[in-house]
Amino acid sequence: MNIYADNGATTKMSQRAIDAMIPYMAEFFGNPSSLYSIGQKAKEALEDARERVAKCLGCTPAEITFTGGGSEADNQAIVSAAMAGARKGKMHIISTAFEHHAVLHTLKKLAGEGYDVTLLDPGERGIVTAEQVKAAITPDTCLVTIMFANNEIGTIMPIKEIGAVCREAGVTFHTDAVQAVGHIPVNVKEQNIDMLSLAAHKFHGPKGCGVLYVKKGLPIYNIIEGGAQERGKRGGTENVAAIMGLAAALEESCENMQADCEKLVPLRDRLIEGLSKIPYSILNGDAVNRLPGNVNYCFEGIEGESLLLLLDDKGICASSGSACTSGSLDPSHVLLSIGRPHELAHGSLRLTIGADITEEEVDYIIKSVTEVVAYLRSISPFWHDLESGKRQHMIKEFWR
Amino acid sequence: MALYSNTVMDHFRNPRNLGALADANGIGEAGNPVCGDIMKIYLKIENGIIEDVSFETFGCGSAIASSSMATELIKGKPVEDALALTNKAVAEALDGLPAHKMHCSVLAEEAIKEALKDYYAKQGLPFPGEEPEGCTGCCETCTLHE
Repeated sequence: MNIYADNGATTKMSQRAIDAMIPYMAEFFGNPSSLYSIGQKAKEALEDARERVAKCLGCTPAEITFTGGGSEADNQAIVSAAMAGARKGKMHIISTAFEHHAVLHTLKKLAGEGYDVTLLDPGERGIVTAEQVKAAITPDTCLVTIMFANNEIGTIMPIKEIGAVCREAGVTFHTDAVQAVGHIPVNVKEQNIDMLSLAAHKFHGPKGCGVLYVKKGLPIYNIIEGGAQERGKRGGTENVAAIMGLAAALEESCENMQADCEKLVPLRDRLIEGLSKIPYSILNGDAVNRLPGNVNYCFEGIEGESLLLLLDDKGICASSGSACTSGSLDPSHVLLSIGRPHELAHGSLRLTIGADITEEEVDYIIKSVTEVVAYLRSISPFWHDLESGKRQHMIKEFWR
Repeated sequence: MALYSNTVMDHFRNPRNLGALADANGIGEAGNPVCGDIMKIYLKIENGIIEDVSFETFGCGSAIASSSMATELIKGKPVEDALALTNKAVAEALDGLPAHKMHCSVLAEEAIKEALKDYYAKQGLPFPGEEPEGCTGCCETCTLHE
């Protein structure tokens, strides 16, 4: 069996998105800035895509800037709001401790330049509340940037309420919606969002293509200088084919959203229920307020990378927040931020299932994870110490 | 190129000398759960020869492979050979480890030295080898040893 359960990392492109791209590589390859017809054809396509994307997000086409991905959009949004804030002498930014690194590292850079950054605690449930945001806002706050849904544990923030708090205080509100768009309802007007970032490859579009939405009237600063593309806000010849793929994938995801959710949520919950039977395991993040395809577990006494390698041998693609898979020597900052100790965070597993998964495949995942965890525990001196009482278990024993 | 060599993957998938050794006369452990890896080595030494050896490991793929390979390298050999085993020899026998995984081979060397130390202590003899260096806190982001 071959099961791709890492849709949080990236998704397989949809046929509709691929089909939308090909004519703009094969035939209408012209530069949208050129005057002749194949250039103008590309320009028309670009503006058509902008209109369709705007419609999906609930904004106007002029509020859409195409970028080279979600990280670029995050960078540009945050830097823009920070620079606008500095001009008014406001240099305080509010965010959360479990943002994506595209946000956290940008904030770290700004902190080095004299900005004051407050990172809110997502607590054990992995959800930041509007009350927390309200309490953190000061007269110096120029930006609140809070992710729509967490990329590792899938928890969904009360974005509309947070947006309302920001509106009331007159503070710009940005949300990194990379994991949310195309999966759960997103509407910038209804949800009081001033700036939003998204990436096409998280909803079956191409990689290297994203969108920055900025509410009309808010300043945008360039982070890539160049020509007059994107109204001078993002230099570089537009990746027309990818943008066409993005628009097609977004429309398709929004059309299928309800049906996909209705299918995915019960399968996600089946997966959670199945994995909860593994002794000394714990679900990371709120069980209800989470993305339809996200399951994230910690297992005591094992290490995530060996778990992933053995699951790969069984045909299952997944990811982990262990240090060995994070590329650093510390485990996932997300798991640490919700209070998981290092020892437990090393034994984490993220499964992000897509709407093409079957019940049989979900059961196969449960069976495989259960087997692999049992095997790794059988060879783990750490697990033996936990069982013999030499070390203390970290998870209270709720399971039967 | 894949993350790991075929030899690493082979030792990870089919670990040699796995499990506890009931009649071990030297047991040693290296690593800690906070850093995400612990290796435990069991030795049965008779007449100066490593008659039997086994391991148990909590850790990543290369940690499991490194401990498996380390046991293979000393099995049936004189104690002197085990005392002289270096992490470099373990990594080389595995056809190399990624730079950020060399740490795993260091743990294997250390766990074997700890087991040998335990053996000598149980025999009431002084440890003839060099003291295991232990964790030096060399991992940049590690805050455990502050």
